[in-house]
Amino acid sequence: MEFKNPEAGLEQFRSRINVVGALVLGCFAILLLRFLWLQVVQYNYYKTRAEENRISLSPVTPNRGLIVDRNGVVMARNYSAYTIEITPSKVARLDQTIDELSKVINIEPKDRKRFKKLLEESKNFESLPIRTRVSDEEVARFIANRYRFPGVDIQARLFRQYPFGSFASHMLGYIGRVTDRDLDKIEEQDQDENYRGTEHFGKAGLEQHYEFELHGRSGFEQVEVDSGGHAVRTLARTPPISGNNLTLTVDAKLQEIAEKAFGDHKGALVAIEPSTGGVLAMVSVPNYDPNLFVDGIDSTNWDLLNNSPDKPMVNRALNGGYPPGSTFKPYMALAALEYGKRTPEQTIFDPGFYNFGGHQFRDDKKGGHGTVNMYASIVQSCDTYYYMLANDLGIDNIAKFMRQFGFGQKSGIDIAGESEGVLPSQEWKRARFKKPEQQKWYAGETISIGIGQGYNTYTQIQLALAVATLANNGVMYKPHLVKTITDTRTGHITTVEPNPIKTIPIKPENLEVIKNAMIGVNKEGTGARAFAGAEYVSAGKTGTAQVFSLKGKKYSEGGTKEHLRDHALFIAFAPAEKPTIALAVLVENGGFGAQAAAPIARQIFDYYLLGKVPAAPAAEDSAGEDQ
Amino acid sequence: MIRRFWAAVIRPIDMPLLATAATLIGIAFVVLASASPDRLASQAVNITVALVVMRVVAQMSPQRLMHAALPLYLTGVALLIAVALFGDVSKGARRWLNIGVTRIQPSEIMKIAMPLMLAWYFQKREIAIRFHDYLVAAALLLVPVGLIAKQPDLGTAILVLSSGFYVIFFAGLSWKFIIGLGVAGLGAIPLVWPLLHDYQRARVLTLFDPESDPLGKGFHIIQSTIAIGSGGLFGKGWGQGTQTQLEFIPERHTDFIFAVVSEEWGLLGNLVLLVIYLLLIARGLTIAANAPTLFTRLLAGAITLMFFTYAFVNMGMVSGILPVVGVPLPFISYGGTALVTLFLGIGILMSIHKNPMLVQK
Repeated sequence: MEFKNPEAGLEQFRSRINVVGALVLGCFAILLLRFLWLQVVQYNYYKTRAEENRISLSPVTPNRGLIVDRNGVVMARNYSAYTIEITPSKVARLDQTIDELSKVINIEPKDRKRFKKLLEESKNFESLPIRTRVSDEEVARFIANRYRFPGVDIQARLFRQYPFGSFASHMLGYIGRVTDRDLDKIEEQDQDENYRGTEHFGKAGLEQHYEFELHGRSGFEQVEVDSGGHAVRTLARTPPISGNNLTLTVDAKLQEIAEKAFGDHKGALVAIEPSTGGVLAMVSVPNYDPNLFVDGIDSTNWDLLNNSPDKPMVNRALNGGYPPGSTFKPYMALAALEYGKRTPEQTIFDPGFYNFGGHQFRDDKKGGHGTVNMYASIVQSCDTYYYMLANDLGIDNIAKFMRQFGFGQKSGIDIAGESEGVLPSQEWKRARFKKPEQQKWYAGETISIGIGQGYNTYTQIQLALAVATLANNGVMYKPHLVKTITDTRTGHITTVEPNPIKTIPIKPENLEVIKNAMIGVNKEGTGARAFAGAEYVSAGKTGTAQVFSLKGKKYSEGGTKEHLRDHALFIAFAPAEKPTIALAVLVENGGFGAQAAAPIARQIFDYYLLGKVPAAPAAEDSAGEDQ
Repeated sequence: MIRRFWAAVIRPIDMPLLATAATLIGIAFVVLASASPDRLASQAVNITVALVVMRVVAQMSPQRLMHAALPLYLTGVALLIAVALFGDVSKGARRWLNIGVTRIQPSEIMKIAMPLMLAWYFQKREIAIRFHDYLVAAALLLVPVGLIAKQPDLGTAILVLSSGFYVIFFAGLSWKFIIGLGVAGLGAIPLVWPLLHDYQRARVLTLFDPESDPLGKGFHIIQSTIAIGSGGLFGKGWGQGTQTQLEFIPERHTDFIFAVVSEEWGLLGNLVLLVIYLLLIARGLTIAANAPTLFTRLLAGAITLMFFTYAFVNMGMVSGILPVVGVPLPFISYGGTALVTLFLGIGILMSIHKNPMLVQK
């Protein structure tokens, strides 16, 4: 491998130059082929990829629909405010950042607590609010210091607001941040795309039930972004479509009067328009402030609400099961007429007790009511009459009859999570208990059912629906809170038509007897004091539900602790000749129904029928007599 | 007076070489004005320095270049050893040497020093080049290449290795041996593979499947191929490349500037670049073919092929057919060091072309 001849060497060199030249051409040809492949053959693919890189579709959250009462009073609305938000994944030392931030904007311990709670529930890449509703001055201060806080952003957001605070909270419900459980529901409804930018979801009440009406359609913004994902400019925008507005059957003023009428008492009330099923007021007190939930509730408030012995988070109107007490008696009497077990004129003698199976069932009135016909039994609320009647009817007849009025069944109102209550029967007891000796129905158990005690518990919506059905001559309308749904874009209004779910076959003359007796209650009976001087004719029935058994001792109000006092109940409708409102009231530990519950009904009727606004909460009628 | 001065200035300049290089520089300015306009001024300074270097070297005789070969090479190797011992670490690689006034990158010197040294060595042994001379040449080549690869700087190592290999090839290494070397090289891949750094291995693997890690290792190559492909036949227009302007192309003013050319000027722009590079290479090879001595022939041939290597490796990696190594697009990428090296090479070619008389026969 050597050459001495320079000429030969030059020749070899030149031949290698030629080889190299060919090699260069070959390599460039490969490049050219590559360019042709990318830029001609695959051009469309890469063009699309470049566009996808450049354009980001970001959802624009629609305005949530408003909730207004039947007269247009706004009960839930939105307002725009700035929030300071932190994306935890972009912040190295979270606590230090928040400390620094608190020198620029006001951050209270509750803000930190709420942020911590959100942090636990969220995914790391979400931005979470540390402060909401930031003032203009704070906004300015933050913007000036923004460079010091990477991963902290300022956002203009729409907030849900319940302008009356805790007022009507159980009916309205509230919205909160979207959780995994909500995402499942969103997926079920095939709304994933529509909810991409949505942070809030209805959690309770109407906000929950009408979530998909209120939400609206998300808009989209085509934004040009750089490689860091920062928006450079907006290319196109599909505006969002606001959610539908809900107009309620509820009268906000009536609701307010009803809530105030309870004073410091706990309890529930449902008022229904008998001819439509439209709910006029639905109260559960104590209330809670739904505004607390909107930005994510902090742990202190959450614990406070959840651990309170008053249970403010429970919707007593739909979930509180209480024995109906004597409010059950008019239905018992109606059943007796329908089954032919009693005539209106037929009398019994009440010595003050009823013996059955070796047990003495006492009448509330010492010495008894004496000779009592059906009218008197309702007006005076005679227990012995119904002990006997219950025994004559038998439990299964009672259950069969009461079922028609909706006792022990969900009413179907447009709020989720309603309780069924208990309408006892032989069949119910077999299903309810496990041991055979417990499964057997004893005839003695039927006796106290006659006066609305015993196993039976019903919700106030059931009591209200039953009395509304009675007032409406047996035609039952499905109770509902929403009257119309308005499409905010087209203005189209969808009316929730009154839905007559059934007509109970009752003889009109029998109905007349019962209604007449109930008018008597408010005229000359247990409700007479509460309705003294009323400028309309009303019908009602008082009731008292025992919280615990006194085992033969005489019940005395003063000697019983507040939380062991009886619950006061009252059902009523007015005007008696052509009822426009029917209601059921329950006052927890209110004592006799006539004392605590009937005056509330009076205030409501006075306002609804006459426009009278009461000056003070319904005073307890201490001299009232019951049963 | 002025005319005579001008004549003296341009006398050693080879116009075809200057014209092609100047065209590339012109293109570079247009592209840089779109990709990174605030770097135009400093690139102008870089070019001025590089042109001065070119002119100075073009003036020199090949003999003087020969005399410089050994000292330059030894200095280069000494500096590389110094880097290995005391170099500054930047981005995980030990490439820079702080000499008080400024930091220098000794590996860059080897790009020119290596072909100079080997051409000098073969010139010395011209009368009878024996097989062991190739072994000596290989040793002279592999020591600095090893040092550079260890830094690690795979791009420069490949460039230096290839520039030295071109000299050995032109010196007449037999085809059998070259083919043997190629086969052995392929066979050695499994042996070398474990010695590579993780990131180097990842780069090679990414080449075959960039989408396997679209936001990590594959990101560069995916984004540059998208830029090239979306450029189409005629490009999106100057300043209109979305991949460029929205910063999807990484290193868009340096190693990946070819993606900018492709996106904004399309296949047409790529063709223009390829043709100019071909003209430059053709001119260089012509100079080599007509060079009077073995030293000048080998040097001219190797430097010309170095231009080719720069261009091919860079365009190949940006378009996704070669692994990503740090090789700039010659005369186009922003950066002073590479530009000075390239114009130094141009200057040497000019020197060889314009000084046939001074050569001994």
